[in-house]
Amino acid sequence: MSASRAVLEGPDIHRALTRIAHEILERTKGADEVVLIGVPTRGVTLAHRLGERIEQFEGVKIPVGSIDITMYRDDLRRGPARPLGRTELPADGVDGKIVVLVDDVLYSGRTVRAALDALSEFGRPAAVQLAILVDRGHRELPIRADYVGKNLPTAKSEKVKVFLRETDGRDAVTLMKEDAR
Amino acid sequence: MKRHLISAADLSRDEALLILDTAEELARVSERSIKKLPTLRGRTVVNLFFEDSTRTRISFEAAAKRLSADVINFSAKGSSVSKGESLKDTALTLEAMGADAVVIRHSASGAPHRLATWVHGSVVNAGDGTHEHPTQALLDAFSMRRRLGALDGRKITIVGDVLHSRVARSNVLLLHTLGAEVTLVAPPTLLPVSVDTWPCAVSYDLDAVLPKSDAVMMLRVQKERMNAAYFPSEREYSRRYGLDRDRFAKMPDDAIVMHPGPMNRGMEIAAEVADSPRSTIVEQVANGVTIRMAVLYLLLGGDTA
Repeated sequence: MSASRAVLEGPDIHRALTRIAHEILERTKGADEVVLIGVPTRGVTLAHRLGERIEQFEGVKIPVGSIDITMYRDDLRRGPARPLGRTELPADGVDGKIVVLVDDVLYSGRTVRAALDALSEFGRPAAVQLAILVDRGHRELPIRADYVGKNLPTAKSEKVKVFLRETDGRDAVTLMKEDAR
Repeated sequence: MKRHLISAADLSRDEALLILDTAEELARVSERSIKKLPTLRGRTVVNLFFEDSTRTRISFEAAAKRLSADVINFSAKGSSVSKGESLKDTALTLEAMGADAVVIRHSASGAPHRLATWVHGSVVNAGDGTHEHPTQALLDAFSMRRRLGALDGRKITIVGDVLHSRVARSNVLLLHTLGAEVTLVAPPTLLPVSVDTWPCAVSYDLDAVLPKSDAVMMLRVQKERMNAAYFPSEREYSRRYGLDRDRFAKMPDDAIVMHPGPMNRGMEIAAEVADSPRSTIVEQVANGVTIRMAVLYLLLGGDTA
């Protein structure tokens, strides 16, 4: 059996996103040129939540989109072909914009690498930043996040799982110990 | 997904829906300015065409190239096949060249099935004799689903030369899997003997079936395969089984008209019907590239070992 414990509960996620929204506004001086792009599935949900918060705080409507990275993965041949997620970029595109990529968990960094490749097919953003709910470490590429909800030291054998109200009915981040199976 | 796509009957409902859903996402790639994905970089797709075909070969070629695969076109004319090389030796040659997938069109029913036993890569049937043409059925189902929504309980009518049509057989099998109700309409001489074992209904009266159809698929009268008198004259065929303006008017207002191409305008379908907004004939070509991208991705994108 594996034991799982919640490391973030609903209110913690709420506060973390609120702080990240403020940080984005601060770092981009009002978020005028910002486009939020989520990585399916949960990154998209988080991108929409961040967009709503930024609108609440400053009254600016931020374009929100999604970018599926499946076709850009470097580990496609390590399993059966995966179903695709949705790619939906804002109508104005990403040229000259500050793109904030949003995902739930940052681990090896390979997803972000794939997202950067995918993004380059759609245009040339002025800058790309990375917002992440949980950074669990163990990077395999020189990638770091600009906005982090929570730094979570983990062992590679552990599993981090993010639950969000929109897709899973509740907000939580759990850490599962994969002890003697 | 299985390793090969030989028959529409090989696809479970879930697999068929996975292909259609994947195609739905890939359709968005065609709307982008850069229509290329890096997914199959370094993979080789061989188009092995023993029979003339323009649109299917080009469609597979475009699909493979959009996924960054290397494409080798091999047509029987002017090749070693015209010098008498057997299918098996051709297959072994391709194998030695490292083909990850072989897309085969052959005049003999069952050729792709044999080929699959000789090569290590994936085999995709692009039409074998009068047997099957599964990617055509998939693109037809995809075109229908984009216009009509889910296909469960939808009434699809397939009209014409069922006997010589690999498109009809693949469509019947796939549409049945997807929950649609298929009716074949043809002169008795153009129906295969075993049609009563197919999961579909059969009618000889087009006018009775049209008002109840959500989609009507007209098949090409395959003159090149007609070595016997299957109907008295082209004019009589056209009168009884052609989709003209009057028959078109009998269809429900939101029903669509399909044709796998190439069309004999004025024979099985009137020009003004083929060009109507409710005709999906041009969409079917665009959807062909998309669905073949989905098939190649699902066959080659993952680890098939």
